Amino acid sequence: MANLSTSIGALQMKNPVMTASGTFGYGIEFEDVVDLTAIGGIIVKGTTFLPRQGNDYPRMAETPSGMLNCVGLQNKGVQYFCETIYPKIRKIDTQMIVNVSGSSPEDYARCAECIDALEDIHAIELNISCPNVHDGGMAFGVTTEGASSVVRAVRKAYGKTLIVKLSPNVTDIVSIAKAVEAEGADSVSLINTLMGTAIDIEKRKRMLSIGTGGLSGPCVKPVALRMVYQVAKAVNIPVIGLGGIASATDAIEFIMAGASAIEIGTANFLDPAISAKVAQGINDWLDAHNIASVRDIIGVAE
Amino acid sequence: MALKKHIIDLQVVSVEALGERFVLLKCTDPNAPLPPMMPGQFAQLRVDGSKETFLRRPISINFVDAKQNQIWFLVQLVGAGSRALGRLKEGDTLNALLPLGNGFSMPVSAEKKHLLVGGGVGTAPLLYLGAQMNLMGMRPTFLLGARTKDMLLQMEDFQRVGDVYVTTEDGSAGEKGFVTQHSILFKQHFDRISVCGPSPMMKAVAKFARANSVPCEVSLENMMACGLGACLCCVEKTVKGNVCVCTEGPVFDINELTWE
Repeated sequence: MANLSTSIGALQMKNPVMTASGTFGYGIEFEDVVDLTAIGGIIVKGTTFLPRQGNDYPRMAETPSGMLNCVGLQNKGVQYFCETIYPKIRKIDTQMIVNVSGSSPEDYARCAECIDALEDIHAIELNISCPNVHDGGMAFGVTTEGASSVVRAVRKAYGKTLIVKLSPNVTDIVSIAKAVEAEGADSVSLINTLMGTAIDIEKRKRMLSIGTGGLSGPCVKPVALRMVYQVAKAVNIPVIGLGGIASATDAIEFIMAGASAIEIGTANFLDPAISAKVAQGINDWLDAHNIASVRDIIGVAE
Repeated sequence: MALKKHIIDLQVVSVEALGERFVLLKCTDPNAPLPPMMPGQFAQLRVDGSKETFLRRPISINFVDAKQNQIWFLVQLVGAGSRALGRLKEGDTLNALLPLGNGFSMPVSAEKKHLLVGGGVGTAPLLYLGAQMNLMGMRPTFLLGARTKDMLLQMEDFQRVGDVYVTTEDGSAGEKGFVTQHSILFKQHFDRISVCGPSPMMKAVAKFARANSVPCEVSLENMMACGLGACLCCVEKTVKGNVCVCTEGPVFDINELTWE
């Protein structure tokens, strides 16, 4: 039995496998079919200060080895999370992490401040990379100034582990990563979805209600892996890798590229129990190679 | 209390072509009794073997044969995913996540007159619903619509379970026209209507039900990815705002919807 424990700043995790925001609900939706305590961390769905209805239907399109979505951050707001969801999830034996979004730096900070008061939530993931909302979201994540302004505001309001989720829809992701590191982020997670579209040729119309959506699934993995490798080389804070991970082999690739932990997203839709299987699979691979700890392979890829 | 969900490797017992456009899959769990499932609930079936069919396919529960430990799925062959399901062979494994969503309301007493209206492949969940009503000592009335006689499915099964009335658009069976034009609607009073079929048909039945003050439920089939309320893709506008069809539905009281 290898040692799978890893850490992201002050956040200690029993294993490096997390579930990505927006693909695993609040965890409890999946408890019938997967042991939530076998997962290192659960990043719950994107939460904003005020409730949001999200975009109109249709919000998804299936694509080769992946899917597009334009959900648009539908959620019932941070107050609903704190009062209704938090009591149900706070005692689950894994790290519950809240993904926080907003439409201005102050908006992000207000939401983060509410989460800061919850004693069993030890980290937030800041979503400055959602491609599906007009106000805020990715707009902050595509410039160093925008990313810095959000992280600066949130850092003042939030004292625990602060993870910043980066957009791949930029010319130089390394500069954004360095900018948020300089503002005091404890970690970066990457990548969020790649902006794309799909067309129904019979209707001569784009398939998603807002025209574009975020691409996820195994089709984005090589892009994500390349970006994780580049960012991990350039920053001194721990990196969390995600983008198309669907197996233990995929996860180990990201860890070797420099990720201290990984997130599983779209693969949860195909196999709701995949996260626990990937954690087990990483252990089995380490055992088979006589490697004592997952930390021994972080960033070892040449 | 929601029924417990399971991921099961079902084994295909038989694959029966119903005309050129439909396939009836009968499956079993070779290792255990199938879990309890309600009429109107659905399964997310895994479709492997092609990069074009990446996601699971939501398919309604057509029938559960407790004695034979079988679950039936009626699949319309429309896209790459459903055609892949149609190519399954006896003995193949079919990975299913089930049961998902909420079922139809069951009648409060056996004396109540219950009308089940189906169109096209939307007739599928009504067979299991009718069979469950039989267990309550009730014989429901079915009103089934199709484009042509050839597209009326499982008629012998429906006739065993209830009284069946039919419309076809070309008049090749039953009364000619749409279900909402059938004379049975104007001859008999019903205490509740349950509907599954194409959206225009369900909207027309909902309008009839509202005009006659009959409680009515419809089953929606919005595109979805997860089936568990996580991806938030299958939303429908309701009086409570956008809600997931997979977890708040697929069956909705028409008064919850924002249909005209």
